[in-house]
Amino acid sequence: MKNLLTSSALCMALPMAAWAADKPETLKIGMTTFLTGSASVFGVPARDAMDIFVENRNAEGGINGVPIEVTYIDEGAGAEALTSEFRRMADSGGAEVMLAAISSGNCQTLAPLAEDLKVPNLMWDCGTQRIFEEADYEYVFRPQGNATSEMLAAVAYLLKTHPDFETIAVVNQDYAWGRDSWEIFHTALEVMKPDVEVVGEFFPKFGSPDFSTEISRLQALRPDVVLSTSWGGDLDTFVQQAFQRGLMNTSTFVLPLAESSLERLGNALPAGHIIGARGDHYFLHPERREDEDFTSFMAQYKEATGGIPVYSVFHASQAFAALTAAYEKAIADNDVDWPSEEQLLAALDGLEFQGLGRKLHLREDHQGVESQLMGTSVQTGEYPFATLENIMIFDGEGLLPPVGEESTAWIRTLDAGFVDSLSVETYEN
Amino acid sequence: MNLTIFLLALFDGISYAALVFIVALGLTLIFGVMRILNIAHGSLYAIGAYATVSLTGFFLALGFAPVFAFPLMLVSAVLVGVLLGGPIEWLLLRRIYDKPEVLQLLVTFAVFMILEDVQRLVWGTQPYFQASALQALGNVTVFGVTYTVYQLILLPMVAIGLLLGLRFFLRHTVIGKLILATTEDREAAQSIGIDAERVFLFTFTVGAVLAGLGGALASPTTSILPGMGADMIVLSFAVVATAGLGQIGGAAVAALMIGLGRSFAVYVWPEVAVLVPYLIMVLVLLVRPEGLFGSPVARKI
Amino acid sequence: MTDISQNSTSSRASRRPSARTLLTLAGVLLLVAVPLIAPTMQLLINLALAKGIAVLGVTVLLRAGQVSFGHALFFGISAYVGAFLVASMPGADMMLVLACGVLGALVAGLLVGLFVVRYRGIFFGMLNLAFSMIFWSILEKFYHITGGADGIRLTRPTVLGLEMERGGFELVIFYLSIALMVGLGWFTLRWFVSPVGQVFQTIKTNETRLEYLGLSPRRVLLSGYMLSAGLCGVGGSLMAMTQGVVTPEYVWWVRSAEMVFIAVLGGAGSVRGAFIGALVYEIVRIYASAYAGDIWQLLLGGFLLVIILFAPGGIMGIADSLIHRKGTRQ
Repeated sequence: MKNLLTSSALCMALPMAAWAADKPETLKIGMTTFLTGSASVFGVPARDAMDIFVENRNAEGGINGVPIEVTYIDEGAGAEALTSEFRRMADSGGAEVMLAAISSGNCQTLAPLAEDLKVPNLMWDCGTQRIFEEADYEYVFRPQGNATSEMLAAVAYLLKTHPDFETIAVVNQDYAWGRDSWEIFHTALEVMKPDVEVVGEFFPKFGSPDFSTEISRLQALRPDVVLSTSWGGDLDTFVQQAFQRGLMNTSTFVLPLAESSLERLGNALPAGHIIGARGDHYFLHPERREDEDFTSFMAQYKEATGGIPVYSVFHASQAFAALTAAYEKAIADNDVDWPSEEQLLAALDGLEFQGLGRKLHLREDHQGVESQLMGTSVQTGEYPFATLENIMIFDGEGLLPPVGEESTAWIRTLDAGFVDSLSVETYEN
Repeated sequence: MNLTIFLLALFDGISYAALVFIVALGLTLIFGVMRILNIAHGSLYAIGAYATVSLTGFFLALGFAPVFAFPLMLVSAVLVGVLLGGPIEWLLLRRIYDKPEVLQLLVTFAVFMILEDVQRLVWGTQPYFQASALQALGNVTVFGVTYTVYQLILLPMVAIGLLLGLRFFLRHTVIGKLILATTEDREAAQSIGIDAERVFLFTFTVGAVLAGLGGALASPTTSILPGMGADMIVLSFAVVATAGLGQIGGAAVAALMIGLGRSFAVYVWPEVAVLVPYLIMVLVLLVRPEGLFGSPVARKI
Repeated sequence: MTDISQNSTSSRASRRPSARTLLTLAGVLLLVAVPLIAPTMQLLINLALAKGIAVLGVTVLLRAGQVSFGHALFFGISAYVGAFLVASMPGADMMLVLACGVLGALVAGLLVGLFVVRYRGIFFGMLNLAFSMIFWSILEKFYHITGGADGIRLTRPTVLGLEMERGGFELVIFYLSIALMVGLGWFTLRWFVSPVGQVFQTIKTNETRLEYLGLSPRRVLLSGYMLSAGLCGVGGSLMAMTQGVVTPEYVWWVRSAEMVFIAVLGGAGSVRGAFIGALVYEIVRIYASAYAGDIWQLLLGGFLLVIILFAPGGIMGIADSLIHRKGTRQ
C-alpha cells in the first residue's frame, strides 16, 4: 500500500518535474505603485519598503540563488501609461510576477488584463471587495484583506467600545472607496444596531481642500459618532479643521484609515477617537513589536526614510512574503531548481505566509485572510503624535463572507450577535 | 431652512469666497492687462502655500512666536512673485505676445506641468499641515457653532482690503494709471512713451504675488499636497469667466456667488455642491456671453 | 492617396505632392507592419492612434482659430455610451459600440455646440471647459450609475458575432484604428476644401466678411464643431474598447488640454500632424515615465516649451521645411 502511494506520488511528480523552468538570472517583478498624485502618500513608502525587502533578501542569496529585481510602474501617470507599461513588463519585460495595484480602479482594470496575459498578479493594496466576488480568476491573488473585513472590524470595535451611541454622520471622499466603505459600514450597522440614526451623509469631492461647511453642519447636527474612511491629505485636512473648531470634543470620530496619518496629524488628533489600519498594521504591533525581523525592519526603514511605516508598507511586506513563500513552496513541493508557472500558481493556492503582521493565508477564491487591528487614539507624550491604546486584533476569518457569497448580501444575514462571535485579542497599548 | 442655518451657510460661503477671490484676483489682473490666461497660476498658488509652510516651520523651530507666521505669508508671496512670476514673464511670455492665443495658453500649460513636478521634487509627496497662524487667532462661537477667527474674520477682511487696495492703486497712483493705459490700448500707450514691457513684467509679478498670497493664506486651513494647484486653477477660471475677464470688482461678486452657492448646496443638497461653480458659470455665460461685468469687444473688420 | 496632397490647402505641399504623399504612404505602411515588426509597441501605438483621431477633432477647430479646452467631453461621452451599451447588452458588436458612441458624441456636440458657437476665443475655450467639468462632476457624483472615479468596465465586444481572445481582438482594433485614421483623415482633408470647410476656415481670418456675404458663421461653426465632436467620439470609443475600462479621467480638463497640446505639437491645423503628434507624445510620455520615474510631466512640459518657442509650426512644420529645403536643392 505504501509502495503504491509512493509510486503514484512519483508518477504525479515526474511530469511536474519535467515542466520545471530553467533558473533565470534574476527574478523580475513589476510593481505598480503611486509615485505621483495624492495616493503617493501610500505609494512612495511602499516603494521605499520594497527596496529594503528586496535588498535584504538578495543579500541572503535571493530565492534559491536567484536575485530579485523590482521595476516600479507609476499608477499616477494615467490609465494608458499604466496599462501599456504593465503589458510591456509582463510581455517583453520578462516579469514573472506582477504586483498591482494600489487603486481599486486600477485593480479592476489590471486583474482581467493579468488573466488575459497569463501572468500571476498579486493585488497588493487595493481595497475593493468586488473583484473576486464578481469573477473567478486563475492568475490573480490578493495577499491582504478587503473592504468588507476592514469595515466590519471598524463596526465591531465601535460597537464593543461605544455600545450606546445613537446618532452617526459620515464624511467620506466622493469616489468608489468612500461610497463602498460607507455602504458596507451602513449595512452592517443596520443589522447589528438597528436603532442608530444616520443624521448626515456628506461626500465632498476627492482632494477637497476645505471642509468648513461640512464641519459647521456637523456642529449643528451634533452626532455622537462621525465616520470618515478618507485618507491622505483629505483626512489630514478634515481632522485638523474638525480639531481646530472643537468638533472632536463633542463627537467620537471613527477613522478606519487614520493609522496612515498618525505621524502627520501630530497633536491635532486628540485622545479617544477610533483608529484603524486596513489590517493588523501598526508600527507598535503588540504581538510583533518584540520580534527581531520586525524591529530590524523598523530601524532600517527609519534610517532610509526618517519616518514610521504606514499600512501600505505592511501590505508591501505581505505581497513580498507571499511571493517568496510561493516560490520556496513551489521549489520544495516539486523538488526543482525553479518552478514553472503552473507550479507557482499551485503553490499560491492556499498559501500561508507572514509579512510584518500576523500570519495570513489565501482562500480558495484567492482572497487573503488578514487580521484587523483597531485602537483608540491617545497622546502619551512618548511620541510627538497620537498612538493607540485599547487595541483589538480581530481574526480575519470571521470578517469575510464565505467563498462565493457577495459581501452586502452576506452582511444582511448577520445580526447583533455577530460582534460577540468574532475571535479577538485585546491589548492595553 | 431657518434663519440660523441660513446665517451659518452665509458665514461658510463668505470665508470660502474670500480665499477663492484672492487667487482669482491675480488671474484676472494678468488677463485684464496682458490678455493671457495663466494656467500656471494654480502652481504659483500651490508653491506659495508650500513656501509658507516651510518658512513657518523653520522659524517656529527656531523659537519664534506663532504670530510670526503672518509676516512669513507675505514673504512667501513676494518670493513666489519675484523668483517665479518675474522670470516666467521675462524668459517665456515676453517671446510669445505676438503668437496666437492658443500658443500663449499652451506656454502657461507647459509651465504648469513643469512646476507641478518641481513642487514634488522640492517638497516630496507627503501632505504638509502648518496651522500655527490659524491657532494663534483662536475661535469664535456663533449660534453654538465654532468658527476660527482666521476663516470667519481675517480672510474676508484681507479679501476686501485687497479689492479696495488694488482699485485705489490702479486709479490713483502713477504706476496704476500706466497699467490702465496699457490695458486700454497698448500701441497708443507705447506711443506716448510708456514702457509696455515693464508694465507687463510688473503686472505679471503682482499677479504671481497674489497667487502666492492666496496659497499662503490657504495654507493654515488645509493640507498642502501635490495636485492642489490643478483644482484651484479650474475654480478660479470659473470665477474669472463668470465675472467677465479682467473685471476686478466683478471677480469679487462672482467669488461670492460661487462661494455662497456652494455652501448653501452643502446645507440643502450636498450632492450637487461640486457642480455649483460650473453651473453658475454656464448659466451666467449663456445669458451674458461676456460675463457678468464684461463688455463686448469691438470686432475687427 | 494622391488625392490628399493635391487637395491639401498648404501651397508648399501642393507644389511638392510626391514627397508628402510618399512619406504619408510609407508612414501608414510602417504602422500596418507594427504587429509584425514591433509587437510590443502595438498597444501603445493603438492608444496613440485613438488619441490622434480625437486630436484631429481639436485640429479641425484650430483651423477656425478656435481652441476648446473641453473636448475630452465628447471623448468621454462616447466611451461611456459604449460602456453602458456593453453592460446592458453583453456581447454587443464592436461596430455597434463604435456607432452608438459616436452618435452619442454627435448628439452632445449638437447640444453643446448650439450654445458655444456664439462665443469666440477665450470664452469659447472656457465654456467648453465648463461643460466638460459639469459632465466630469456628474460622472463622479452619480456613482451608483457611473461607478464614480473607478469608472465602469467595458467588457470586450464581439467582432461580427465572434467572441475573441484579447490578442485577436487587439489586432482587429489596431487595424480598425488605422483604417479609421486613413479614412477620417482623408475625409477631414476633403471637408477642409469643400465649400463649407472653406467658409469654416474663414472664421479664423475674417468672420465679419462672412456676415456681409450673407452666411451665418454660427451655422458653419456648428457643422465644424459637430465634425470635431464626432472625431473625438471615434477616438474615445476606440480608446475605451482598447482599454476595457472607462473612468471620469477621460473627461478631466487636463486631458482636454493634452489634446490641444498634441495638436500644437504635431503642427496646429495639420491633419497628419495630429497623428504624428499623438505618436510622438505617447512614446515620449511612456519612456519618460518608465525611465525618468517621477519627472515625466516636467520633461513633457519642457518639450512643449521648446516646440512652441523654437518650432511653432510643430513637427509638421519642421518636416515641411526639411522637404522644402530638399526640394529647392534639387
